[in-house]
Amino acid sequence: MVSRFRDALNSGRFVVTSEVAPPKGTNIDKMLHHIELLKDKVDAINVTDHQSSVMRFPSLGGCLAIKEQGGEPILQMTCRDRNRLALQAELLLAYTREINNVLCLTGDAVPVGDHKEAKGVFDFDSVQLLRAVRAMESGQDMGGNSLDGPVEFCAGAIVTPEAQPIEPQLIKFEKKVEAGAEFFQTQAIYDLENFSQFMHYARQFPVKILAGIVLLSSARMAKYMNENVPGIFVPEGLIDELGSVAKEEMLAKGIEIAGRMIATLKKDAICDGVHIMAIGKEEVVPDILVAAGL
Amino acid sequence: MKSITRQKSLEEIEEQLTNLDHVFIVGCGTCTTMTKTGGIDQVLEMKDRLLEIGKRVSGWTVIPIACDEMTEAAMKENSRAIKNANCVLIMTCALGVHRINSYIDRPVVPALDTLFIAVEEAPGYFREVCAQCGQCILGETAGICPITNCHKGLVNGPCGGTNNGKCEVDKEKDCAWTLIYERLKAQGRLDLMRKYYPPKNHHVVLRPRTIKIE
Repeated sequence: MVSRFRDALNSGRFVVTSEVAPPKGTNIDKMLHHIELLKDKVDAINVTDHQSSVMRFPSLGGCLAIKEQGGEPILQMTCRDRNRLALQAELLLAYTREINNVLCLTGDAVPVGDHKEAKGVFDFDSVQLLRAVRAMESGQDMGGNSLDGPVEFCAGAIVTPEAQPIEPQLIKFEKKVEAGAEFFQTQAIYDLENFSQFMHYARQFPVKILAGIVLLSSARMAKYMNENVPGIFVPEGLIDELGSVAKEEMLAKGIEIAGRMIATLKKDAICDGVHIMAIGKEEVVPDILVAAGL
Repeated sequence: MKSITRQKSLEEIEEQLTNLDHVFIVGCGTCTTMTKTGGIDQVLEMKDRLLEIGKRVSGWTVIPIACDEMTEAAMKENSRAIKNANCVLIMTCALGVHRINSYIDRPVVPALDTLFIAVEEAPGYFREVCAQCGQCILGETAGICPITNCHKGLVNGPCGGTNNGKCEVDKEKDCAWTLIYERLKAQGRLDLMRKYYPPKNHHVVLRPRTIKIE
């Protein structure tokens, strides 16, 4: 297996990933457009897995579309909707279609989504899913049965450096490292000083860390995230900076802020790369890269 | 331990009573009395409501503990009134419904939904503490059950949805893993949280579950 993404992670250069969100429906034009826009500009593209527990076109389908367009996909897999048989089966399929990267997630709770009465599965958690990947690489499934042909993945997970309290998250981070995570994409970070402290801690582990960059498209969005999104903290200074420009200039300001943060992270070699989440504004990711000098 | 129940809507009860116009009502003196869903007051109130919608009530009783074997005697005692009814509307938890169903021929109609089993932590405040998973890990989680108290039933620590000690599904609910973390830390046993827990066995006792005590 050749994971171009793993090669990028191990190359020592500053790695950039981004993500696309599959549509709710069969009109995949917009997703394909975003893939086309990003595939040659970033090292890999995540495809979200029913993000926020909203039923959509599947992550695996999005990854196949990326492969068809010559891009490098990262399969996001949550444990919310599939039991251990279905998760492992999907890994088998992904491997045979040369989808070589997987991001192992617990998944949002069902009641936050749009099928509030559905059964949340959580037969595995993110740590157990990582272990399943590594077990399957050694030729065995999680039931201890032999596989006729193993898998191989560049496997990663997420971490929330701004969580309060932080220690339980760090304990879980270490369990993910021990389970075989090679890379981490973080929840959105905005306070680079806090993040540098986290990186000081994380550097003791043999993993690559990509800082989560969520594009701030308005001061209102920043305030909303502070109040409603767990583990995200946008400092007042940034909210004021966004608020200092006219409404129609806010997106440009958000792009500038994201670009500036990425440039600093790279210049000061704070982490190994970034994961850019533009959440509905994927078409401006190339502008963020330009603003970052990448 | 209490079996926690909630009364179905009158519309749903009425729907279940379609073509069943003669009703005998049974309540329970234990859990549903405590939770005010099937004690004497609620049984009498139900009787009035049934009369209002044109049903006939051939009688009623509140059994001390509907889920135990004394229920058989209570059914015999009321056999005439039950015979005069064409169904029994039951205001006990599902355990009581099951018991009663095994002693009478008439159709049983539950008036309550059985939600969970709980302990009463403060007067009137009932909290679920055990999901009966069959693999107790309370010794490793500071006596706080993540299967029951974590929305996702996670065994390897908190998810990313936890926020200042609260759960992503409801800001009023505590994050079980924050509670476990704090208690283990106070006990100097955080090493237990660092341990890897494998996926759970969902078939500790094969369903349908029974056990025979010798």
